[in-house]
Amino acid sequence: MSDSILEIRHLSKTFGNHAVLKDVDFTVRKGDVTSIIGASGSGKSTLLRCINLLETLTTGEILFHSESVTGGKINQNAYRARVGMVFQSFNLFNNLTVLDNCVIGQRKVNRVKKDEAVARAKFYLKKVGMLPYINARPAQISGGQKQRVAIARALAMEPEVLLFDEPTSALDPEMVGEVLDVMKELAAEKMTMLVVTHEMSFARDVSSQVVYMADGVIVEEGPPSQVLVSPKDLRTREFLRRFLGE
Amino acid sequence: MLEQLFSDIGIIWAKYGTVYLTGIWNTLVLATVSTLIGCVIGFVCGILQTIPCAKGDNLAKRFFLKLLRIVIRIYVEVFRGTPMILQAVFIYYGMPYFFGMAFRDIWTVSILVVSINTGAYMAESVRGGIMSIDAGQFEGAKAIGMNHFQTMLSVILPQTLRNILPQIGNNYIINVKDTSVMFIIGFQDFFAVHKMVSGAVFKYFPSAFLEMGGYLFLTLLASFLLRALEKRLQGKGNYELVSEDQLVMTAGTYQFSGAAPYEEKSRDYQGEKP
Repeated sequence: MSDSILEIRHLSKTFGNHAVLKDVDFTVRKGDVTSIIGASGSGKSTLLRCINLLETLTTGEILFHSESVTGGKINQNAYRARVGMVFQSFNLFNNLTVLDNCVIGQRKVNRVKKDEAVARAKFYLKKVGMLPYINARPAQISGGQKQRVAIARALAMEPEVLLFDEPTSALDPEMVGEVLDVMKELAAEKMTMLVVTHEMSFARDVSSQVVYMADGVIVEEGPPSQVLVSPKDLRTREFLRRFLGE
Repeated sequence: MLEQLFSDIGIIWAKYGTVYLTGIWNTLVLATVSTLIGCVIGFVCGILQTIPCAKGDNLAKRFFLKLLRIVIRIYVEVFRGTPMILQAVFIYYGMPYFFGMAFRDIWTVSILVVSINTGAYMAESVRGGIMSIDAGQFEGAKAIGMNHFQTMLSVILPQTLRNILPQIGNNYIINVKDTSVMFIIGFQDFFAVHKMVSGAVFKYFPSAFLEMGGYLFLTLLASFLLRALEKRLQGKGNYELVSEDQLVMTAGTYQFSGAAPYEEKSRDYQGEKP
């Protein structure tokens, strides 16, 4: 397993006495585009937040290139800089322009020189089609545009894995497409991605692996052709029937 | 009656005008410098108080953070909960007992007292300001690997500053007026001038009239300037599009330069799109 970037081992997470994740095992390999699907409350987002260490794990560990990031040996901020995250609610910095949103992490965390950071930020903003808006502030652009900037901000750190936490769920229907297009492009470029999503078409057409979660456990995982088309587990079948049925 | 008042004011002003002006100047300098230092104290307390403390951290760090919070809390409660006039006396006359030396410069001790008093109020204002920033921005910064201090300095505090500017203005105006209590340790502010002049010429009301007008002028000026600053910090309402690519469509803001790209007379027209 030399090409595995992230390995999640026996991950459990409880809030109070409510177990959100129960002994989750899961591996992300380089170039994988993994869609995590499942009903609300099944622990998908928590899994993603645990991977980015936004939540502390109750038990279990996360290995990044076979090194534990939860043991306290690795600098957590340095690890986060290499694992990008895109949030449902964008979480852009409201006091900074679109360009500065994409520059600040490179400057402060990666200590990149200013012109280099600006050039890279512009490169990724162009990629997501937001180059004309570099002087705008987050409050002045639409939701879909914000999400594209958030993707550019994460990309500008040149991470090895990108985590997407329901990136299109807070968007108006007509803006979902523009964000998905960017994500498809990234997938085509072999970016390693882990996407929590309710967009079944994305899971089916773009991802290389689909994970179905229910009640804090991974019920089924495999290529989309298997999980989405001929699921083995009854719960997966039920979920898909409800989701795609009507 | 009124003529009497104005002629009295005229007499006082002719004789003590420059003294009043010096008083105003001293009041302004003391209030301004102390408010600025107080803001710095407040922001530092704000940053330190909000250092995240996770369950997984080691014991020494958690103990230190807890201690830090308690110290800040005590500082805030003590200096917010006692009169500034008493704090001035306490510090000015207390120094020789504790450190074996007195303040030689009345300015130093005055600025010190007003600053730490303002800092106690500001610490709470800043804490409130930080809490008003949505958690998402903290997470956004965390997710790209920024640490607490980087997040605070580049993302959170600039927004906090803008949000609590009305509070800072409040404190500044309060300081302009309340530095008058520093006469107790012999600071020559605007109000101390009134005590001196009225005592010398026995014209209490005309001098008080002057003082009222003077203070009101100062505070009105301060609120005007603060409003202007607030507006400036709000930033531009619009932004410039940087379109190197003429074909880029930018909803609602597209500038038609003669013809739209999809019209046949446009230079960029490349045939009918299917």
